Amino acid sequence: MAVISIERMGLLSVVCVFLFFTSAFAVDRGNFKTCDQSAFCKRQRALKPGQSPYRALLETLELSDSRLTLQLINDNNKVHLLLELYRLQGNMTRVKINELKPLKPRFEVPDVLISEPPTEPLSVLSKDDNGVVLSLGVENQRLIVSARPFRLDIMEGPEVLLSLNSRGLLAFEHLRLHKDTQAQTDGAEVKESVDGDQQQEEKDEGGERDKEEDGLWEETFKSHTDTKPNGPTSISLDFSLPGVEHVYGIPEHADDLKLKTTDGGDPYRLYNLDVFQYELYNPMALYGSIPVMLAHNTQRTMGIFWLNAAETWVDISSNTAGKTVFGKMLDFVQGSSEKPQTDVRWISESGIIDVFIMLGPKPSDVFSQYASLTGTQAFPPLASLGYHQCRWNYNDQEDVKSVDQGFDQHDIPYDFIWLDIEHADGKRYFTWDPHKFPQPKEMLQGLMDKRRKMVSIVDPHIRVDSGYKIHNEITSKDFYVKNKDGRNYEGWCWPGNSGYPDFTNPEMRAWWASMFAYDQYEGSMENLFTWNDMNEPSVFNGPEVTMHKDALHGKWEHRDIHNIYGLYVQMATAEGQTQRSGGVERPFVLTRAFFAGSQRYGAVWTGDNAAEWDHLKISIPMCLSLGLVGVSFCGADVGGFFKNPSAELLVRWYQTGAYQPFFRAHAHLDTTRREPWLFGPENTALIREVIRQRYALLPYWYQLLYQAHKTGTPVMRPLWVDYPKDTATFTVDDEFLIGSDLLVHPVTEEGSRGVTAYLPGAGEVWYDVHTFQKHNGAQNLYIPVTLSSIPVFQRGGSIIPRKDRVRRSSACMENDPYTLYVALSPKKFAKGELYIDDGHSFNYDTKKEFIHRSLTFANNALTSSNLCPDCNFLTSSWIEKVLILGASKPSKVLLKVDGKETTVDFEFDTSMSVLTLRKPGMNAGADWTLLLQ
Amino acid sequence: MTCLHLLVTLGFAVSLGTTVEVQRPRGVPLTKKHFYEENKPFTCLDGSRTIPFDRVNDDYCDCKDGSDEPGTAACPNGSFHCTNAGYRPMFIPSSRINDGICDCCDTTDEYNSGAICENTCKELGRKEREVLQKMAEITKEGFLLKQQLIEEAKKGREEKQGKVTDMQENKKQLEEKVEALRTVKETAEQPEKEAKERHLKAWEEQKAAIRLEKDKAKMAEAFSELDDNADGFVSVSELQSHVELDPDADGTLTETEVQGLMGGAAQVDTSTFESVWTNIKDKYHSESQPEEPAPVETPPDEVKEPVVDNDSEPYPEDDISEEDDEEEDDEDDYHEDDDKAPPTVKTPEKSQEDEEAMPPYDPDTQALIEAAQKARDDFEDSEKALREMDDQIRNIEKELSFDFGPDAEFTYMYSQCYELTTSEYVYRLCPFNRVSQKPKYGGSETNLGTWGSWSGPENNKYLVMKYEHGTGCWQGPNRSTTVKLTCGKETVVTSTSEPSRCEYLMEFTTPAVCQEPNNTERSPHGHEEL
Repeated sequence: MAVISIERMGLLSVVCVFLFFTSAFAVDRGNFKTCDQSAFCKRQRALKPGQSPYRALLETLELSDSRLTLQLINDNNKVHLLLELYRLQGNMTRVKINELKPLKPRFEVPDVLISEPPTEPLSVLSKDDNGVVLSLGVENQRLIVSARPFRLDIMEGPEVLLSLNSRGLLAFEHLRLHKDTQAQTDGAEVKESVDGDQQQEEKDEGGERDKEEDGLWEETFKSHTDTKPNGPTSISLDFSLPGVEHVYGIPEHADDLKLKTTDGGDPYRLYNLDVFQYELYNPMALYGSIPVMLAHNTQRTMGIFWLNAAETWVDISSNTAGKTVFGKMLDFVQGSSEKPQTDVRWISESGIIDVFIMLGPKPSDVFSQYASLTGTQAFPPLASLGYHQCRWNYNDQEDVKSVDQGFDQHDIPYDFIWLDIEHADGKRYFTWDPHKFPQPKEMLQGLMDKRRKMVSIVDPHIRVDSGYKIHNEITSKDFYVKNKDGRNYEGWCWPGNSGYPDFTNPEMRAWWASMFAYDQYEGSMENLFTWNDMNEPSVFNGPEVTMHKDALHGKWEHRDIHNIYGLYVQMATAEGQTQRSGGVERPFVLTRAFFAGSQRYGAVWTGDNAAEWDHLKISIPMCLSLGLVGVSFCGADVGGFFKNPSAELLVRWYQTGAYQPFFRAHAHLDTTRREPWLFGPENTALIREVIRQRYALLPYWYQLLYQAHKTGTPVMRPLWVDYPKDTATFTVDDEFLIGSDLLVHPVTEEGSRGVTAYLPGAGEVWYDVHTFQKHNGAQNLYIPVTLSSIPVFQRGGSIIPRKDRVRRSSACMENDPYTLYVALSPKKFAKGELYIDDGHSFNYDTKKEFIHRSLTFANNALTSSNLCPDCNFLTSSWIEKVLILGASKPSKVLLKVDGKETTVDFEFDTSMSVLTLRKPGMNAGADWTLLLQ
Repeated sequence: MTCLHLLVTLGFAVSLGTTVEVQRPRGVPLTKKHFYEENKPFTCLDGSRTIPFDRVNDDYCDCKDGSDEPGTAACPNGSFHCTNAGYRPMFIPSSRINDGICDCCDTTDEYNSGAICENTCKELGRKEREVLQKMAEITKEGFLLKQQLIEEAKKGREEKQGKVTDMQENKKQLEEKVEALRTVKETAEQPEKEAKERHLKAWEEQKAAIRLEKDKAKMAEAFSELDDNADGFVSVSELQSHVELDPDADGTLTETEVQGLMGGAAQVDTSTFESVWTNIKDKYHSESQPEEPAPVETPPDEVKEPVVDNDSEPYPEDDISEEDDEEEDDEDDYHEDDDKAPPTVKTPEKSQEDEEAMPPYDPDTQALIEAAQKARDDFEDSEKALREMDDQIRNIEKELSFDFGPDAEFTYMYSQCYELTTSEYVYRLCPFNRVSQKPKYGGSETNLGTWGSWSGPENNKYLVMKYEHGTGCWQGPNRSTTVKLTCGKETVVTSTSEPSRCEYLMEFTTPAVCQEPNNTERSPHGHEEL
């Protein structure tokens, strides 16, 4: 749910909140800062490249086994910085820059790295007055430290992979004292602002003549004044990527997958904000921030992880950006021209420079490198991969019951029904409205009887109300965020005047987690899960609808921690859900705000979108971008949150959402009801069909989530991830892969009669999953569509297990048999996996209770072999059918299990070359071979 | 791999207490038993293919129509039949077989899932019979009530129609009467007018005579005043002393000017003074009275007059509706018009000069006036009666124009209102008029829609009422309410809800929708099995 962007609002004007809802459907850009309105961004951006005042003091170089330290000096102001360099295991380099002797400690982001990253030895290859050459150990990789100006280059062989401060935009605003008295002594050439600035600074030492308009010690946006007791603290560093034309990541932005250059516009902004009715295709900040960028070309994929939780802006420029295709061709023909290069500059308001350079070289390497730092996607309960039915709001228990029955009446499966803010008693989370939901357990039991589940919303703003247990406990434990004067910070949110628990405090988080215990959260049961909304945090009457930067979290300012607040909320909530079952059951928590590492705690959705075709389209690049930086469990509100979708848009959105990882329909309070059966029997049938397709594919989704959990590989991914050398894939974001084996090109145009899908892979084949028709790879394929069409293709060479018996909910399908879809490559080969566990507990992890099998088709034999011999899990699921696409007709099919051979009936469809093996019947966990003779 | 019973033995009690055993594949209803003949190849019910009988219910879907797997979940489009002895037989989608949820009360759908189901058919049957019995009672009584309602409505309608006919007749008479009275009025007003005019004229003449006499007296007085030397003549010089007579008002009265006033004569005597007096009397100031006692023209004091405020007519108390601005044709609205303002009896106005007051009418004239007034009153009364009758006719005709159902069984609700109080609001349904909502603890009423139409399903549109165009919702549509009608003995709003923002749903029971109890009432048992 969203909030309005009102910069200033009287505390009593909650009515205004609602009045603003009626305004036009577009973000009010004026409520959010541009770079020019954000003092540090403006200062930093005013710096021009090529004049770095920083010099490496090579004599200070110290090298322990895996850590290199070196002092840098800003020749303008003589401030010393400390550079730390680490070679990390898994082909990564970490670069940390802090003040050598800061006036007080600067914030370093905790709780994002899963552990202190293991290092590898570094060694000095050569050293002279100009610099040092270090060996990075593998693949003749070297790190060159240049002294004057300071610069880092990472080389592999003769190639520069990446350079730091090559443009001289390193700028580190050191902590200083605020000495107003001297402010006027030498005000003449006052361009001082950023330490890296070329402006004369020697005179300035200790004598700040900061003009108020520089916003060094105070800054006002609209009516909100940010007092800055620490003065200017921003940092900046530039990165050059020779040979790179495509960069991705740094979500969350409602923009294309491939990041654009920001010359002449605002940089991409990372600052978690509750943006009311966000606009598409621009670099404005949204609900979450993951400061990770991927750079890709045909040779290599790399990543830059900028570990900083303060407000951050990212500038991107490219030396080929302005060039037309023709111009590029000309360059090529003439053999001339500079190498393409992308330059990136990161600017953050506070903290330190702490950068992880992930050197790939393959996309999958970058994923595992990033996963080794921040962890992988939480492995969700299987049911959470089913369909979720949400609305603001299901009015009461009766309403919940009738919607639940509606699904059965219309024979549509679903797993979760959701309750938004109106379910709580006066927006007091952890409580139930006594009139609308007087018997929550009865309601939950009713759902449990159908093997279904529920999610209730628990937001981090706490109603200030002395009759509210949660508020009283937080108050008595002094767990609220403080304002700059040390009193409890209060802001306006759904319940009215609200406090904000300090989730950065581990004690607070532990207490919060304990509130999810069954005896604490009254009316909760084991099939009740949680939704954390508004955790940017959203403060209706705060600057940019969020918390004041000078609010205090212990000794740190909100400025320092802003972007990680939402992560902590979800972390504490997920922890609570885990604890309530004694650590046995997996949690499911959805969050709107997020940061690097949020993938460890659950699912993310793209916030308050709208029932518009463009919003349907943008859901693809938005989730792809998140997947690239670790968050696989992503989805957009199906149907669009604001406004009413047409039946066609709704159907198309279901068809798209069913093939995205988190599949939830949601709607604003003011919209008309839109449960799947309310648009006439034909549309109901279309929606039923696509939800069933989703359920049939649950084994595949589950296996992919397991894989993401194990390796960090995205579930929903851009084509280039699997076809990294195919430049035609680099900008594709209207279609995507699920795992490696399904390619989806959703129909996202109104009235569409056809789509053109790019099928990648020269020499590969793709099978239409509905007709089994075979198409060649490396071609643009025009696919005529009707309203029932969902262009989905299975890659030749893959095996996908499905459960084609679709039931009321995923739990009901637990023991159902599998059908294997074996899609043969041109070389008559295919492989796949099958993962099975109980679907909900941690026993897969703690007791190795799972089945993980490799399925291989080669030499006319399909074999299931065990990928985890020491695992133990029993399933009653069996293999009911095997479809082999692109097969030829055998004379006989034999099944070998336990040394016994039986013949298997089969049918062969010559028109599509589909061989169907009838009821081989072996247990899904067994070793077996099917021989085609 | 699951082990499945191809055939099951189904035993169930019938009402006679005997047990009949019928063998057939699981999930097949008796009516289709003959398609499934053991040991003979089975042909899919859609005829698409024929398979060996051992592939029926073998947990693998062979028929596109799902007919080979009536007892397993193998086919996506199959259906499973539960006999539910003691209750009602039913079909469930085959996806609900062995899914761990008990769907059939006889537990037959969960034969291999580990779900522990209890046979609840007897209990359900009992309950259903109770409910059905209760429903039947309600229906029966409701239907009786409905007959009464129909009867009443019929009577009422006839009465009303009769009334309208009568009234139309009466209206005609009334119209004639109005015309007659108009003639009477006009006839009476003519002599009244003449008499009044006569009276006025006489009075005018009288007034003129008095004025003339007064003038003469004044003139004589002036003459003696002007004739300073008392020689019986008024000379130029004598007149010249009266500066106020200056014709050009320049402040001096010249001799020539005086001569002009005097008609050129040097002096005038009493008889010739008469023409001079005509010239000067308007300006002349008496010497004896230093200030002219000019007739004080007090402006008529309007404030004292009773103000007749035509707008402050009290509203009829039985209709305080604020929102009902659309179909406002209440008879009360126009019923006392200005023209009915009581004839103001002319009280003789207080005048400064008593002698100028008109003398009362003579008895003859007064009699004529009274006669005319009476004629007027009579006429107006009859006209009003006619209007009222028109209103009444219109109202009845409007009521008669509503669709009160095939047998007018909904007539009785007209002009009634039914309320339901919830924790927060009082909801009010006034059938064929409007639906409203009022906060229980103060606050203004919200219109949830005015009567729109019957909008039930095609086979019986009288099961749903639709009220539309209520108060607008912010950023949304106008409020509207759907009223679902069910059979009940009483006419009651049983529940309200707002399933979608500003779209309300009301459950409403009434005998008017009770169907005639089925004489060949089907037993709740699945006797068709036999």
